[in-house]
Amino acid sequence: MNPDYSFISDWIESNSKVLDLGCGEGDLLSQLKQKHNVLGYGLEIDPQSIAQCVAKGVNVIEQDLNKGLTNFADNSFDTVVMTQALQAMRYPHLVLDEMLRIGRECIVTFPNFGYWGTRAYLNFRGRMPVTKQLAYQWYDTPNIHFFTYADFEALCLEREITVLHRRCMADRFPDKLLKNLWPNLFTQTAVYHLSR
Amino acid sequence: MLPESAAKNSIGLVKPQSADITQPLKLACGVVLPSHQLIFETYGELNAERSNAILICHALSGDHHAAGFHAGDDKPGWWDHYIGPGKPIDSDKFFIVSVNNIGSCFGSTGPTSTNPETGEIWGADFPSLRARDWVESQRLLMEHLQIPYWAAVIGASLGGMQAMRWSLEHPDLVRHAVVIASSMKLTAQNIAFNEIARRAIKSDPDFCDGNYLQQNKVPSRGLALARMIGHVTYLSDELMGQKFGRQLRIGDLIERNTDPIEFQVESYLNYQGDKFSNSFDANSYILITKMLDYFDLSREYNNDPVAAFGHASCDFLVISFSSDWRFAPERSREITDALVAANKAVSYAEIESDKGHDAFLLPNDRYESVLGNYLSRVAGQLQDAQ
Repeated sequence: MNPDYSFISDWIESNSKVLDLGCGEGDLLSQLKQKHNVLGYGLEIDPQSIAQCVAKGVNVIEQDLNKGLTNFADNSFDTVVMTQALQAMRYPHLVLDEMLRIGRECIVTFPNFGYWGTRAYLNFRGRMPVTKQLAYQWYDTPNIHFFTYADFEALCLEREITVLHRRCMADRFPDKLLKNLWPNLFTQTAVYHLSR
Repeated sequence: MLPESAAKNSIGLVKPQSADITQPLKLACGVVLPSHQLIFETYGELNAERSNAILICHALSGDHHAAGFHAGDDKPGWWDHYIGPGKPIDSDKFFIVSVNNIGSCFGSTGPTSTNPETGEIWGADFPSLRARDWVESQRLLMEHLQIPYWAAVIGASLGGMQAMRWSLEHPDLVRHAVVIASSMKLTAQNIAFNEIARRAIKSDPDFCDGNYLQQNKVPSRGLALARMIGHVTYLSDELMGQKFGRQLRIGDLIERNTDPIEFQVESYLNYQGDKFSNSFDANSYILITKMLDYFDLSREYNNDPVAAFGHASCDFLVISFSSDWRFAPERSREITDALVAANKAVSYAEIESDKGHDAFLLPNDRYESVLGNYLSRVAGQLQDAQ
């Protein structure tokens, strides 16, 4: 698991039921199981990742998030997590609604397109940014909805979503110092803990 | 001698064993079988802790011969792709028990056996069976073999129904249940196909109301037809297109041709039907298709699958195949959703395959890796426990 996300586990209660949308190889869920003894389930569509989860003993369910989550009942999970995948959803706002319907709380992380580095890339090169975090060419990318920290704040306000916690992340100087002062400009990855 | 076709990782030559179960078996229909016989095979060694036993549950037409070769045979058991040394169900790690269930026709007590009370062949009078009866009979075999619990119960189709029933009836005796291409209950369409098959058998004049053996007859035309119908439903349109297309085996479709014409698919189906009618018993086919129809996992739990699975304490692996329309992926997803809602550990994989329901028998890399990874972890847990 990316160590930068370890604080996510502080937002998750022990012995709670967690759904991870796009769980990859199940690193977050296996960490949460060790640390908090959660009952975790991951949704994934990549065959290799599914096989890895099975090998690790992480509960993984083959399901395409874009085809909906109607098979999960209201409030059937304590926390629904989605890391770095909201920008790849066909309808991010509806996915968010679904997450808040299924889970009491939810946690999302996303790349902030308002980060000065991406802004500078587009501004000076005049090309769509290809960075370490957004490592795809525009014509062949899973990331079909780019949005900024400020966009997400506006969406939460508009849809009356309660922000329990927000965490701005940046991995270098001077961004680390400035990210909380001007989050929309200096945050590389935003992490939100939400509820209805 | 092993046939040359036997791969290096074959379990090799195997021999069926039989067990006389002398404890009475009370069937769901109320009839008590005072004793019954079971024929079975085992692969691998039971470890000192007796903790590595796996039960294989066969489906409608399956038998005890799941892996390896019988002396003189060219073809291995029906699940040889998946059972053997180094295979997903690894005989180097597990003690694998594969039993022919009662009501079937390969040596275990069934319609072709003699009813000890009358001294006559059971025939059509063999009592009606439910999946739970197979489970109970398997439990008696388990006692006979002094196996304290199953590391895993594995089955596809009707076999998956048994694995699920095991998990509810005997939660303390099952650590893992692997449910492949199965369903919590059959759909109307599925029951319809079974009824067409039964009607085909009963329409054969040699069926004699099920008492054909007593009259030295075999309703092989009806049974062949039943199998042909079933066989089509176990394949996918796509696969039949690839395998046969519109190829002709005999004749030509040019105009003014009056010679006989036969499509490859006709010849194939007729061959499959005839082969089956020589090896399977018509009463068993009727009995077991009805068993499939009657299965309803949650009937006794207020028709609530979540409440039903609430009784299970094992972990589950659920697998389906994309082109399987007889036991469609939706049915497996229903199982998975109910297990998640019941807070049970479950993983689910929908394997891309064009092979229809039969995919569970055939080689498929993804299927092998999911099943193999799951059971490797089960084997790892056994080692950790030592």
